[in-house]
Amino acid sequence: MLGADAMARCLKEENVGVVFGYPGVAICPFFNSMLSVDIERVLVRTEQNAAHMASGYARISGKVGVCVATSGPGATNLITGIATAYADSIPIVCITGQVDSGQLGSDVFQEADITGAVESFVKYSYLVKNVEDIPRIFREAFHIASTGRRGPVLIDVPIDIQNAVISRFVYPAEVNLRTYKPTVKGHTEQIKKVIKAITGSKRPIICVGGGVHLSDATYEVRNFAHKYGIPVVSTLMGLSVMPTNDPLYFGMVGNNGKPYANKAMNESDLIIMIGARVADRAISQPDLIMDNTVLVHIDVDPAEIGKNVGPHIPLVGDIKAIFEEINKYDAECNCADWVETLNGYKADAPQRKKPRAEYVDPAVFITMLSEKLNDDAIYVADVGQNQMWSCGYHIVKNGRFLTSGGMGTMGYSIPAAIGARAAEPQRQIVAVCGDGSFQMSMMELATMQQHGLPVKIIIFHNGYLGLVREYQYHVYKGHYSVVDLSGSPDFGKLSEAYGIPFYKLKNMEGASKVLDDFLSCKDPALMEVMIDPMDVVK
Amino acid sequence: MQKKVFQLLVDNTSGVLSRISGLFSRRGYNIESITAGTTSNPEYTRITIVASGDEAILEQIEKQVGKLIDVREIRELKPDSSVYRELILIKVRATDVQRQSIVSVSDIFRAKIIDVDIDSMIIELTGSQSKIDAFLNLLHDYEILEIARTGIAGLRRGSEGVIGTDR
Repeated sequence: MLGADAMARCLKEENVGVVFGYPGVAICPFFNSMLSVDIERVLVRTEQNAAHMASGYARISGKVGVCVATSGPGATNLITGIATAYADSIPIVCITGQVDSGQLGSDVFQEADITGAVESFVKYSYLVKNVEDIPRIFREAFHIASTGRRGPVLIDVPIDIQNAVISRFVYPAEVNLRTYKPTVKGHTEQIKKVIKAITGSKRPIICVGGGVHLSDATYEVRNFAHKYGIPVVSTLMGLSVMPTNDPLYFGMVGNNGKPYANKAMNESDLIIMIGARVADRAISQPDLIMDNTVLVHIDVDPAEIGKNVGPHIPLVGDIKAIFEEINKYDAECNCADWVETLNGYKADAPQRKKPRAEYVDPAVFITMLSEKLNDDAIYVADVGQNQMWSCGYHIVKNGRFLTSGGMGTMGYSIPAAIGARAAEPQRQIVAVCGDGSFQMSMMELATMQQHGLPVKIIIFHNGYLGLVREYQYHVYKGHYSVVDLSGSPDFGKLSEAYGIPFYKLKNMEGASKVLDDFLSCKDPALMEVMIDPMDVVK
Repeated sequence: MQKKVFQLLVDNTSGVLSRISGLFSRRGYNIESITAGTTSNPEYTRITIVASGDEAILEQIEKQVGKLIDVREIRELKPDSSVYRELILIKVRATDVQRQSIVSVSDIFRAKIIDVDIDSMIIELTGSQSKIDAFLNLLHDYEILEIARTGIAGLRRGSEGVIGTDR
């Protein structure tokens, strides 16, 4: 058995269903060995998207996503995808080929120090120096990626190690990492303090973040909110923890969130942050919330607690485990008046200014789209104005909302949707992007056609990099620089070239019918939606 | 700004030092000195880091470093319950007339003369940072040619809370 066979075998042991990758000489032994295991191999069109697909796959399957690239440029192309996964704590394992270990450090063809280059974007990385270490390293890598605060792990395997004979393949049943023991169970004393704080609170608010999804604790957290009738707001990454129309749900916080969600945070006397970082986009002045408010911060990563704001009650552990425990206790909480007040704020919220009628109103369109989507549909938003509109107007039922939050990586939606499709081929999946972000990953249309991973794609076409244009309008008095997307292809012809059915919507007239046709047709399909070039987020 | 001394016990993996120093540089933490060496068990390395920053930064340093996979333990070495030592080598210009007075200053500090040349000598001194600073201060009137300092190494007093490095 060769090292490469061992690598493929390890993936089988980890129950990996699919790898997203791109070959090159330095990773050829591995891809050759992959012929002997029944794991699907998806050939992407650029490596960055292999990492995004692994990310989309991981977020929907709850398993570790796997991407593979060759040495040098293959590996460096992965970096943006790895950094994106790191910023949102998505568990992926990245396997890279490397030049012959005897030549490492001598700048040979396609050599790049990838473990060094990704150091600040991975939870951990390995450079395999001995073929016998392969089973242990793979076992550890999957364990590290999928426990504690999730995140990417990279394994760099020189070609001579892949080609070396491994004397004995034993996949370790247990991981023995004496330096890595993440906290799972919440501290009982701290849990009791949380219960006590709830009992004493008149205006409690729960703020959910991406950690709730990562811990698969949606059910437990919803139960917790409903048990006491505590209102809930969400960060960008926490969207779809609560159904949008849940009577206790009051929208997204932050500078692109709902004003009543921010008001709820500001006026509460008890904030329960769950799996959220208190990050700059969500809470612009963390110091302010501490004045009259008790802050409970629940997170699996102790380093996040106190990083941006010092909590009164820190609680470290896995969110699912913690809420299974918390839900066993009983607290007195009567905050019906408070919910009433928040409903008042919600009713008074200013309406968005309508764009010109000759274009599609993105807000109305997205609301209409989400009403027509299946109950458990997966909505993948890209980055830019389209993302902000999606956050603001997509009505989540019981599906998922995916986007690149921490890194804000344009081009994320299509590959992430393809990865989600690989995880759950039966589910309805829609990627919504702008004409800028679409062109950052449109090469993956071929990947989805080739591998039978079709998704529905909606392009918001406004001919601009809209969010930057909006910024330049405000900050640079409308002096637009490098934001005009003239020269974009005819998306209809492009669709035809890839053999993908195409729909186009110029204004809201007949929108319902076009959307029905688009959603009911067999996957894949692409829809171009014309947006007022001067339309703004708020 | 305050200073803290941290003691780390880390897995002796390749790249562990660059993982730790990289964390300091990318998060903008100040590192005043770092020393590393193997322990009685070659699988572990003991690192002493002197870092500076405000209270919040120092707390983040402890948490972020503690989070690294290779780090088994990080703890603060508090001045009143720990001992710190640093070693310094000083090459100083020493002519015939100066030599004797340099030797007497060194004697007071129990520093050792470890090399003597025609017009220079090398002095070795081990001690706390304040002792070393005081010694350097006394050498102010002489021409110091080169200095090499190790940065401090430290241990907590007593046997309480010792993390074993048994295999």
